[in-house]
Amino acid sequence: MFEFHVEGLALSQKQVLSALSIRVQPGETHCLLGPSGSGKTTLLNLMAGLAQENVEALGNGAKDKNYWSPNPPEIGYLFQQPRLLPWRTIMQNLLLVEPDKEVVLNLLEEVKLQDYVDYYPAKISLGMARRVALVRCLLLKPELVLMDEPLTSLDLPTAREMRVLIKRLVCDHPTRSMLYVTHDLDEALELGDSVSVLGNVPAQVIYNSRIDEVSRNELEALLKH
Amino acid sequence: MKTGRLSDQFVAFFCLLGGWWLVASFVASPLLPAPLEVFEALSKEFHEQRLIESLLVTLQRVVISFVFAMLLGGIIGVLMGRFRLVNRILDPLLIILLNIPALVIIILLYIWFGLVEVAAVAAVIINKLPNVAVTLREGGRMFDHELEEMSVMYGFSFQQKLWHLWWPQLFPYIMIATRSGLALIWKIVLVVELLGRSDGVGFQLHLAFQSFDVATILAYSLAFISVVQLIEWFILQPLDRRASRWQKGGSNV
Repeated sequence: MFEFHVEGLALSQKQVLSALSIRVQPGETHCLLGPSGSGKTTLLNLMAGLAQENVEALGNGAKDKNYWSPNPPEIGYLFQQPRLLPWRTIMQNLLLVEPDKEVVLNLLEEVKLQDYVDYYPAKISLGMARRVALVRCLLLKPELVLMDEPLTSLDLPTAREMRVLIKRLVCDHPTRSMLYVTHDLDEALELGDSVSVLGNVPAQVIYNSRIDEVSRNELEALLKH
Repeated sequence: MKTGRLSDQFVAFFCLLGGWWLVASFVASPLLPAPLEVFEALSKEFHEQRLIESLLVTLQRVVISFVFAMLLGGIIGVLMGRFRLVNRILDPLLIILLNIPALVIIILLYIWFGLVEVAAVAAVIINKLPNVAVTLREGGRMFDHELEEMSVMYGFSFQQKLWHLWWPQLFPYIMIATRSGLALIWKIVLVVELLGRSDGVGFQLHLAFQSFDVATILAYSLAFISVVQLIEWFILQPLDRRASRWQKGGSNV
């Protein structure tokens, strides 16, 4: 089990998160639901070990920047935006993470982008760029995948396609865990094995459950809380 | 280079030549020779082997000064753009250097170190360096923070960051500094040569000035402008096109 614990988070000296623990079982997808501005992305950045300006973590873990127990997992992070290098082709972007071309091509085939290897990111759609970013994330062979609202700004059919891919490549993987941040209930109910809801100011986990033990109405009510 | 753009440039060039010829014919004075006289002077300097020799000497000074100014100014500028402390320490020095007249630096270095090659090249470098630093500082400030985070997350090595992340972001600024640098450096090199060297285009201009030989002055100027234009056509523009391919989208094939 991966357990993340932080005593609190301050953004520009204003506390945005209270003490918070999140546990993810191996092979499990845990969804983190919360309204916009509740510090979800800041939390994911902290989990990924990214230094952030104006962000201060509170508590013991903050000293040595170790918030994970027992040990920090191998993390792959799918950012909200694809963050591909615009001046490098799709293949060049991916080869920076995994030098073995065969491995890259195999994964690109999984997301049906094998014919776009020589395209620059500006020429492909946002949905395709997100799929490339997913491939890049998986090339790290992560134990834990962090996803920050990866379906934002996609039209419905593209979002559905991406959701199927995430389910097949991440959720259905026997040992790969995922922490999936969203404010969309349908995504959480379809992809998640368990769910936490962030609420209050400063934000804290106000609800935590297995996904099959909670109804859509309950979650909706909690988000409005 | 596209044929259309090339023909536009030739039209502009011949218009200028025509205008010059008209004015020179009207004035009819040795102080404003006609284009033909200038080309005769050019031919004379070429056949007496002064032109190529002087051009090469000046070009060598331009290249050495340019490389050092770009390297040092680039590193200083990017560090200033990335680190506030470096910027706070070096900014006053940069402002002083930007505001000291080129001539003052040249004269001071000649007085302090004598009329030697090192002083000449150093004077050009010191004159150009602050412009490069200011331009590249802007480049350093404009680094994409999100891509920076991505590179950390995906474990890019220093070399990968340098070549795939930082260099492409700095490239437009490097090109701006290069273009303005070439234009500025060769002008300063001529002053340096005129004041304290016994070879190069600047020295030849000095000799021509003493005899009010305007045709030779214009001949050397035209020759060096041509060299700079060739550098623009055959080095800078292809580099520019290659580096901006991704902005046009499409595939790399």
